[in-house]
Amino acid sequence: MDHLDALEAESIHVLREAFAKLDKLAVLWSLGKDSNVVLWLVRKAFFGHVPLPVMHVDTGKKFKQMYDFRERYSREWNLKLIVEPCPPIEQMDPTLPPAARSAARKTAGLNAALAKHGFQGLIAGIRRDEEGTRAKERYFSPRGIDNRWNLKDQPPEFWNQYMTSFPPGTHVRVHPLLHWGEIDIWRYSQREGIPLIDLYFAKDGKRYRSLGDEDITFPVASNAATLDEIITELETTKVAERSGRAMDHEAEDAFERLRAEGYL
Amino acid sequence: MARPSNRTSLRIVIVGHVDHGKSTLVGRLFHDTGSLPEGKFEAIKAMSERRGMPFEWAFLMDALQAERDQGITIDTAQIQFKTEKRDYVIIDAPGHKEFLKNMVTGAASSEAALLLIDAAEGVQEQSRRHGYLLHLLGVKQVAVLVNKMDLVDYSADRFGAVAQEYRDYLHDLGVTPNCFVPISARSGDNIIELSRKMPWYQGRTVLGALDDFEPGAQPVELPLRLPVQDVYKFDERRIIAGRIEAGSLKVGDEVLFSPSNKTATVKSIETWRVPNPPADASAGMSVGITLTEQIFVERGEVVSHVKDAPIESNVFRARLFWLGQAPLLPGNRYTLKLNTSETEVTVQSIDKVIDTSDLSSAAADRVERNAVAEVVLRARGLLALDEHHRCAATGRFVLVEDFQPVGGGIISMEGYPDQRALVTRRATNLTAVGHRVSAAARSLRNGHKGGVMWFTGLSGAGKSTLALALEERLFAKGYHVYVLDGDNVRGGLNANLGFSPEDRAENIRRVGEVAALFSDAGFLVISSFISPYRSDRERARAAAPEAFHEIHIKASLAACEERDPKGLYRKARTGEIREFTGISSPYEEPGAPDLVVRTDLLAVEECLSELVTYVERKFAPDL
Repeated sequence: MDHLDALEAESIHVLREAFAKLDKLAVLWSLGKDSNVVLWLVRKAFFGHVPLPVMHVDTGKKFKQMYDFRERYSREWNLKLIVEPCPPIEQMDPTLPPAARSAARKTAGLNAALAKHGFQGLIAGIRRDEEGTRAKERYFSPRGIDNRWNLKDQPPEFWNQYMTSFPPGTHVRVHPLLHWGEIDIWRYSQREGIPLIDLYFAKDGKRYRSLGDEDITFPVASNAATLDEIITELETTKVAERSGRAMDHEAEDAFERLRAEGYL
Repeated sequence: MARPSNRTSLRIVIVGHVDHGKSTLVGRLFHDTGSLPEGKFEAIKAMSERRGMPFEWAFLMDALQAERDQGITIDTAQIQFKTEKRDYVIIDAPGHKEFLKNMVTGAASSEAALLLIDAAEGVQEQSRRHGYLLHLLGVKQVAVLVNKMDLVDYSADRFGAVAQEYRDYLHDLGVTPNCFVPISARSGDNIIELSRKMPWYQGRTVLGALDDFEPGAQPVELPLRLPVQDVYKFDERRIIAGRIEAGSLKVGDEVLFSPSNKTATVKSIETWRVPNPPADASAGMSVGITLTEQIFVERGEVVSHVKDAPIESNVFRARLFWLGQAPLLPGNRYTLKLNTSETEVTVQSIDKVIDTSDLSSAAADRVERNAVAEVVLRARGLLALDEHHRCAATGRFVLVEDFQPVGGGIISMEGYPDQRALVTRRATNLTAVGHRVSAAARSLRNGHKGGVMWFTGLSGAGKSTLALALEERLFAKGYHVYVLDGDNVRGGLNANLGFSPEDRAENIRRVGEVAALFSDAGFLVISSFISPYRSDRERARAAAPEAFHEIHIKASLAACEERDPKGLYRKARTGEIREFTGISSPYEEPGAPDLVVRTDLLAVEECLSELVTYVERKFAPDL
């Protein structure tokens, strides 16, 4: 097995565990490169089917290209798509720095959607290599009654045995891509021919490495206009993937606070 | 064109006692190999200055606010790191004792480990415990780094002493470390290049030690093990899905499902978006197969070939590490997660608790949090399992209590039989004949009901003596009674059986079936066998459920050994007899016997009178 095959097999194992053990389960689809890989792996795990709902928690502030992408592929991939809105920024914690406050809308939208649909499990495409707090995540990451993540007291997770049963009123985040690196996502997307939003590819010396809300996401300087060029760029870059995501950098602990509240 | 994607990557865990420099080493490795993201060095510098500290490498890994403030690593952080040879995923595991569950989480998924020991402080409690757990968790490659050599004036003698002490410890565990390296993570000695401050050391650098590790290979050569995760019926196909944990399979193979013991033939290996469907698959792959025959199988079963199948047992020994808040106690129930199965198990016994600091063991009535122990666990039904030393992936398990994983362990079957043969029915098309003579008619004619008095107890407890005396007494009273004893069945019916755990179990299975037939015929059968395993006695009970009476002929081991009528205990103590019940193989006392006869407290005549009273009460015909 090569490296990508091994990553894929591990992710499929995680997805099948979640599907076997959790009754109300959904995939979170942010339309970005990682969650597209998740959807692709779901289809691999279930032999071409997507036997669970796919939810987009929509801030209403995504790029137009992202909405176009959502419409096209939810049809082509025959997805049971759920779109849930986020509350206005005025309702968010005013002590958060501006971008984090904006990002907090997504958490609030997600929590509202959880309550509305009663999901026991949400599959999300986060990776350990994205930033420090995600490095500490589990494949099956339990959330408390108020959907909070207790990062200081996480359950042990070993030997491919995951925490798959929970007290009533709590839910679990399932992270099938936890062990992938950013470059793996690109190599796999290339190998499998997974469609991607064109904002990732350089135009006029700039491209997006990570996609979020239009007003708090910024492109990085790059001339990588093809998959090959992006992979080559990532093999040598020292710029962090989420450097264009404003909420990560406003204060040392801003992102950690967001995640403890339930942000992905 | 991008480089090929199959550049290898290796998962490394860094362990050791708290403050022995794990996070510092990682910061140093990242910096010295040029793997730090841009601006990170400056950010750490600024962060250190804000706190009025000298430059603190550990801030790189300790990304969380709480950790920075307390100065300790709470959870397992992971980051990627590159050398010329390959990529590394480095897991920094916490050294604090209370964070052992996070160390376990980090180490269990690693292919190799760097274990740090402070040269000044020397080998500490967690240095040993981590070494022990690496061994238990299955991390076979370990490089030991003796850190903070700058604090001991780069002394070769000090390095030698620390290395020797730890080498001896690992040796007792049966672990041979890959190498010992004297380093200073803070000042960068022997990390990337050999340090001029330690000219006496010419071995591997840390980087050299890393690049010498071998990537963990998938166990494709072992017998096939495919735990069933799920059965999908999304379309016309019925696909059995799971990940192959060991071995390989191909289309056309006859496969066995355990513990249900069903067989079928592999019809296809299913895929999505693969032009040519594969004809075979091997360890590490997540697969889906379809079968030629329509048989009912479900999550939790293990697919193997018919030959080299997993063991089936409802009881096994385990060496486990305990992470639960509450202690593990005999009689406690937990959910056992073994492969994809989940079963309730009871702690039958705690054999010993192991002190990881000197590897000594002692009897104990409980296992406290963060301790390591050897226990016996029992399930109601049969489990499909492997001994850990034969197949690691299917020879280990997790215990769950109140939703939380509370322990992990590896399986040994020492002294316990494989029960598969006992439940395998080879004949098919069986139809039981319906007798025209009823049990009631038989008991009316005989003046008593048929039944089984199943004597169980240690060798020398008095089973045969009481059985033969009871037979004589009951015969005189007009009972149709017969004793089944070891020697009268081993000479004929069971002449082909030896004394291995499997053969002993089969011996008891046959006796149980014969006793049931006698009982059916209206006889009162007294069986007199040590029958040390609960599962065997439960099976004998199942053969004659209404008529079975479990009689514990009980005397303490000391009393039996004192009596030693056949001189067997003496031979067992000298090792002349191996696997002797009570000495070198287990005796599982009945949990709820129908009668206990204390031969060490009562005289023979008193025991006999208890038995006769019992028989008269229980075997009188219904009028």
